[in-house]
Amino acid sequence: MASMTSTAGERPAAPIKRVRQKFQKAPYLFLLIPLAIYGMWIIFPTLFSVYLSLTNWNGIDAIPGPDRLNFNNYVRLLGIGRPADPDFITSFGNNLKWMLVFLTVPTTAGLGLAMIFNTDIRGSRWFKISFYAPLILSFVVIGNIWMWIYEPQSGIVNSVIVSVSQFLGSIIPGYTPLTRGPGWLADRNLALWAILGAAVWRQVGYVMILYLAGLKNLDPSLIEAARVDGATGWQLFRKVIFPLLGPITTVVMVISVIDSLRSFDLVQVMTQGGPGGASNVLANFMYIEAFNNYQFGYGAAIAVTLLSLSLIIIIPYLYRSAKTELEY
Amino acid sequence: MTDTTLSGQMPLSSPANVSVKRKPLTVRRVLLYIFLITLTAIWLLPFFSALLTSLRTQSEISLNGFWQPDLTSLTFQNFIDAWNQARIPNYLGNSFMVTIPALIATLFLSSLSAFALARYKFKLAIPLYFMFVAGTMLPFQILLLPVFKLANDLNLYNTRWALIIIHTAFQMGFCTMVLRNYMKTIPNDIVEAARVDGCSDFRIYWQIIMPLTLPALAALATLEFTWIFNDYLWALILVQSEALKPITAGLAGLRGQFTTNWPLITAGSLIGVLPTLFVFAFLQRYFIQGLTLGSGK
Repeated sequence: MASMTSTAGERPAAPIKRVRQKFQKAPYLFLLIPLAIYGMWIIFPTLFSVYLSLTNWNGIDAIPGPDRLNFNNYVRLLGIGRPADPDFITSFGNNLKWMLVFLTVPTTAGLGLAMIFNTDIRGSRWFKISFYAPLILSFVVIGNIWMWIYEPQSGIVNSVIVSVSQFLGSIIPGYTPLTRGPGWLADRNLALWAILGAAVWRQVGYVMILYLAGLKNLDPSLIEAARVDGATGWQLFRKVIFPLLGPITTVVMVISVIDSLRSFDLVQVMTQGGPGGASNVLANFMYIEAFNNYQFGYGAAIAVTLLSLSLIIIIPYLYRSAKTELEY
Repeated sequence: MTDTTLSGQMPLSSPANVSVKRKPLTVRRVLLYIFLITLTAIWLLPFFSALLTSLRTQSEISLNGFWQPDLTSLTFQNFIDAWNQARIPNYLGNSFMVTIPALIATLFLSSLSAFALARYKFKLAIPLYFMFVAGTMLPFQILLLPVFKLANDLNLYNTRWALIIIHTAFQMGFCTMVLRNYMKTIPNDIVEAARVDGCSDFRIYWQIIMPLTLPALAALATLEFTWIFNDYLWALILVQSEALKPITAGLAGLRGQFTTNWPLITAGSLIGVLPTLFVFAFLQRYFIQGLTLGSGK
């Protein structure tokens, strides 16, 4: 990292300037240890993953040298000129579904709740706590709790479904009530959606917090001005409040995309990608390839693909922030 | 640990509330309350499900079904069993032994880099700042295999050190970003005055800037405690032996050990929540501030 640029040789300069220049060594001294750790455990590993993705390393033997690099992993994964790895297609599709849900459901719900709790609702404190309480739970605990909720025989979801169905059966002639509900996590078509239920349950409170903070920081005079102009209710929200919340909405969207690409823990805890890989996301697919199948090179290629997808979001966001930062 | 929050400066104290006041339409209000209470009840259902289950036995649940609990047979035995048989105290101890040092190291090191990036004008200040910001948005899967390899090579695999180091390194990006933006809001005259008085750089950092940064540090500490404590991924990758596993890895293993004993699994999970619940109950304000700190302007 950044060589200690010896600034300010002993150039005769105005006293104030000398103080400033003498100062220049200091930031690097402060940064020395943090950057050393960051470089070693974050920057280097990121780059090294790219290297590994070009090897056929199995995680045990020596890492293949630079003379044996090739793109085989990417060809196998993305299927250039031949079909892609079907597990990749499933995992990637699941990440996309995850993203789609995260961009719509918790965002709308979180914004709606924030709008409600921003008014003077009695007991809003307690309502709010209920919604952000899931945020303090680890994904493992959320996974454990929700697996039990989805348990086919006695879990809360199927208990309700079967009871309602039996009740309907008793009042609607000709309707045969269900004796058992769906298998949820054990069902190929439902597993991912069931996991997403738990994920959304956690995410709503997070989005709500962000929007509540955004609403608190709105300039009251703008709202007041709009109200004086006769804007009310939905119109006030759509034409004034929502546009003013724009920066927060951007942050929420970026977070939603990044969180959906990062998703791992819930899948790992609840299904480990099953049944038959149906609920895999890229992160779990990678974990399985590396640690279960000893294909570290292939796993690294999956990780790099995941990173590239994230960069589609990260780069424009950083670019935008950099622009405001430089103006400022 | 999935929460990403992004750059920007947000004041810790919130200015005047923009409450969108509505006319007291009673019917509408009542409907709103009914809606809210229903929704909240649904939201709390998973907690209720876990709590009720943890007080029952699996055979009683199978016999009576979830919704008709035999209230006379409620028992705390699951909590006792989880505590004694499922190594919960051991796992919890490990979590603390990883979380506390990692938390202190993260905050200290981040405050150093944040101070450098916030209070000095030098060519690399902006690029380095954005390097930290980019780091907070990274999918951590990209680090997984090299960090695993690195930990092995340094003989850190299957030690608490591996977890402490990777948490410190990974969380440093977010904390540096937040603290740097916070320190930028501290007026320059205070620092200049001290500098004129001959205050050294380190004393400016330690005795002037740090005390003024305490609110942000408190918010970050609360949030980071929860994140590090709740981490599962790194525990899964870097630690193998039962004696070293933190609570998350321990709880994930309960299902292997007590396959269909859901009362015991939920009881164990509920015990595992207590530390973060405790932090949340007493430091809720800081927790919420921490979450909003990083987000937009």
